[in-house]
Amino acid sequence: MKLSLRIWRQPDAQAPGEMVSYEIDEVSEDASFLEMLDVLNERLISEGDDPVAFDHDCREGICGACSLVIDGQPHGPQAATTTCQLHMRKFKDGDSIDIEPYRAGAFPVIKDLVVDRSAFDRIIQAGGYISAPTGTAPDAHAVPIPKQDADAAFSAAACIGCGACVAACPNGSGMLFMGAKVTHLSLMPQGQPERATRVLGMVAAHDDAGFGGCTNTGECAAACPKEIGLDVIGKLNRDFRKAAVRAA
Amino acid sequence: MSTDFYREGAPALDTKAPAGPIAERWEKRRFSGRLVNPANRRKLRVIVVGTGLAGASAAATLGELGYRVANYCFQDSSRRAHSIAAQGGINAAKNYRNDGDSVHRLFYDTVKGGDFRSRESNVHRLAEVSTEIIDQCVAQGVPFAREYGGLLDNRSFGGAQVSRTFYARGQTGQQLLLGAYQALQRQVAAGTVDLHTRHEMLELIIVEGKARGIVVRDLVTGEISTELADAVVLATGGYGNVYFLSTNAMGCNVTAGWRAHRKGAYFANPCYTQIHPTCIPQSGEHQSKLTLMSESLRNDGRVWVPKKKGDDRHPADIPEDERDYYLERRYPAFGNLVPRDIASRAAKVVCDEGHGVGPGGLGVYLDFAGAIERLGKKAVEAKYGNLFDMYERITGENPYERPMRIYPAVHYTMGGLWVDYDLSSNIPGLFVTGEANFSDHGANRLGASALMQGLSDGYFVLPNTISDYLADGPFDALDETHEDVVAARKDVDDRISFFLNNDGDRTVDSFHRELGKIMWEYCGMERTDEGLRKAIGLIRGLKEEFYRRVKVTGKAEALNQELEKAGRVADFLELGELMCIDALHRTESCGGHFRAESQTEDGEAKRDDDNFSYVAAWEYGEDAPVLHKEALEFEYVKPTQRSYK
Ligand SMILES: Cc1cc2nc3c(=O)[nH]c(=O)nc-3n(C[C@H](O)[C@H](O)[C@H](O)COP(=O)(O)OP(=O)(O)OC[C@H]3O[C@@H](n4cnc5c(N)ncnc54)[C@H](O)[C@@H]3O)c2cc1C
Ligand code: SF4
Ligand code: FES
Repeated sequence: MKLSLRIWRQPDAQAPGEMVSYEIDEVSEDASFLEMLDVLNERLISEGDDPVAFDHDCREGICGACSLVIDGQPHGPQAATTTCQLHMRKFKDGDSIDIEPYRAGAFPVIKDLVVDRSAFDRIIQAGGYISAPTGTAPDAHAVPIPKQDADAAFSAAACIGCGACVAACPNGSGMLFMGAKVTHLSLMPQGQPERATRVLGMVAAHDDAGFGGCTNTGECAAACPKEIGLDVIGKLNRDFRKAAVRAA
Repeated sequence: MSTDFYREGAPALDTKAPAGPIAERWEKRRFSGRLVNPANRRKLRVIVVGTGLAGASAAATLGELGYRVANYCFQDSSRRAHSIAAQGGINAAKNYRNDGDSVHRLFYDTVKGGDFRSRESNVHRLAEVSTEIIDQCVAQGVPFAREYGGLLDNRSFGGAQVSRTFYARGQTGQQLLLGAYQALQRQVAAGTVDLHTRHEMLELIIVEGKARGIVVRDLVTGEISTELADAVVLATGGYGNVYFLSTNAMGCNVTAGWRAHRKGAYFANPCYTQIHPTCIPQSGEHQSKLTLMSESLRNDGRVWVPKKKGDDRHPADIPEDERDYYLERRYPAFGNLVPRDIASRAAKVVCDEGHGVGPGGLGVYLDFAGAIERLGKKAVEAKYGNLFDMYERITGENPYERPMRIYPAVHYTMGGLWVDYDLSSNIPGLFVTGEANFSDHGANRLGASALMQGLSDGYFVLPNTISDYLADGPFDALDETHEDVVAARKDVDDRISFFLNNDGDRTVDSFHRELGKIMWEYCGMERTDEGLRKAIGLIRGLKEEFYRRVKVTGKAEALNQELEKAGRVADFLELGELMCIDALHRTESCGGHFRAESQTEDGEAKRDDDNFSYVAAWEYGEDAPVLHKEALEFEYVKPTQRSYK
């Protein structure tokens, strides 16, 4: 198939960027979206141009490295699918496609489609863990965990840290990402001792990093490739209120 | 012997494994190793390259112990290391099922599964430590699958006769890595670990015979800098991407290990490669990687090909008696559950004979029609729904209605830098953990053992063994102006400016693809003397052409993904040649290494214990590599021919 692409090109963090048009022919419908960009890049290099920079690694939908806003949607049009798992058969011959980086205050552009998501790591540093230094653990069966809690914790822990939720949110909020981690850890008995300090620390780091507040638009959950639900934000808010009252 | 390609050096490397009863060796080593007192740990710097299971666990644990740690990865977050992609599970000899498992049985299975090409002492320690790993991960909040009573669930994996695999749906690697990642981030916040993401190690710094630092490039600004320390740990993962197409993440590479090899670290058993039988076949020339379909599918799916060559009927139109269920036919005892190496080669045989299905005839059917009839679609969906969805996303075909097409793909590399029992390479101060080292899996890795090894190395083994080395530190203070530091840095600068100034006309990827094809064809599932000799010639030619024609756009002082790839492919070209030389010299078949000349009458792999019961540790040589042999002794598990008939 033949496609017209418009891609955001920006040489570095300081330089201004612009949408640049490219025509691309003979795209296989079996190719993934990123393989389509690989083919374009091979051509750009041969013509002596700078290839389009984008983040990616596993190409299996699990590492969270790929990003992109495709026709206005983080990770593109297919529900519950990362950009690397999106395949060209979802597009039609003759389509024009806009490809942009995530746009959010906390995720500055580094080059072309690559953004800096290190603010997510800083949120985890502020409490997104259970303190269990190596070698101090009791036997794994010492504390049984009800299956429904373990399953719910797993579903929240499935977040891949891709940042699509932030890119989709009109306020650039990181609440879905943060809620997923808080929910995972507060469902585990091992997570209880630090439950209050965790949520206070993470929320402060979130606000410091320049993420916006949540106004319940729900765009984040709609964009999330791992189908993390809005309920995790409710849980985060409840934990936060409880902890803040106690800290006051 | 093909001495025109290599020289033979002194044998018998010192493995430092303690003697005595095998179950007491690890205890003995921990006691004999010297400790560093807590106040002195603050004065000792350790570099850990890599944030996968092996690297993040080591960096976090060393930080907790009070060492000053500098930790590196090339991804934008340490959580994205390739370990995140592991699906199936992690083994541990907990015997929670009371089904006869034990440390000794896990040890036995791993030595046998490795086709008697691993070191007994190391494997036994791995089996011992396995139980502590699960405790540790549960304490961190890893959400393993549980039963209704609240206890941990286990499954049998990769043909094991006991249920010893712990798992978190199909995302075990993700959950284990997030546990280690969180422990690591906690140390970053505590100030014990300096974490550098988007940084790539490009050279090892050796001063007076000791590993003392690394040269790194900041992948965002392009700045080259050095990091100096008392010891260096490489936890940089496997090198399956030498084949271009593999189940590895796109960034996986051998550069850190290869640079160390060029500086004197031995590379052991480079040709031992695991080829996984159940991957989605290639769909065209644009293909950038291959996707694994979990091994668990073989529990319910039946593998077959049409009996008629080139039969392109819809699979549903091919009647039962015109199908060849070749695994069930050839291996009646194990059927579809034979180990990975055997299932992969059997698929290659039927496809080579012209029975393959799908594009290029490179595929076999994995059919769930029987399972759906027997268990109902609902039950199949509950078990494999995620995988079926992934298959459909990639191929556009619905596996509930049409059998999956699968084909083997490169998955894991058992070879790696040589290490002794302490996980130290032959360069003092250079330690290697995880997939990057060669230890523990011999010539074939069992399913769910890589995660176990990475975490065993990082949480429990290295933090204990490295103290014996660091007890002699801190070593003489060094600074950037030391001649060896300056020289290492200059090598990096020169390589970068070479690539950017080369007046070439071929892309890096085009070379990588071509190398991959050579490796897959001649050093893949089946290897021959003739093919390997040919491959060595082709790789040498390709390398020469690479330096003449490679074209790298952009600048050094900026994010430049082409430049990153160019350095990695340059190292893959050299590694590929060494892999072929190793495969050529090992004229026996063992595990993942199948030499066509060494097979039994019915086409099975034939080991040659009289001549090849050793680890091949290769020393870098400008003209030809030098082979050092570490003899393997089997005191507890006596070598036998594996049989799955
Ligand atoms: C699809 C798939 C499924 C798998 N499933 C299983 C399973 O179910 N069970 C199992 O036991 N095993 C499984 N494996 C194997 C297992 O995942 C790996 O062997 C293991 O995770 C490797 O861990 P590691 O820490 O050694 O390396 P990796 O996780 O690969 O980490 C390497 C690290 O090194 C860094 N790095 C590399 N080079 C440099 C450099 N030059 N400079 C700076 N940083 C560098 C990277 O950034 C990364 O942080 C699977 C593998 C694949 C591909
Ligand atoms: S919550 Fe969803 S969208 Fe947000 S980072 Fe996690 S996986 Fe990505
Ligand atoms: S590249 Fe890893 S999730 Fe897309």
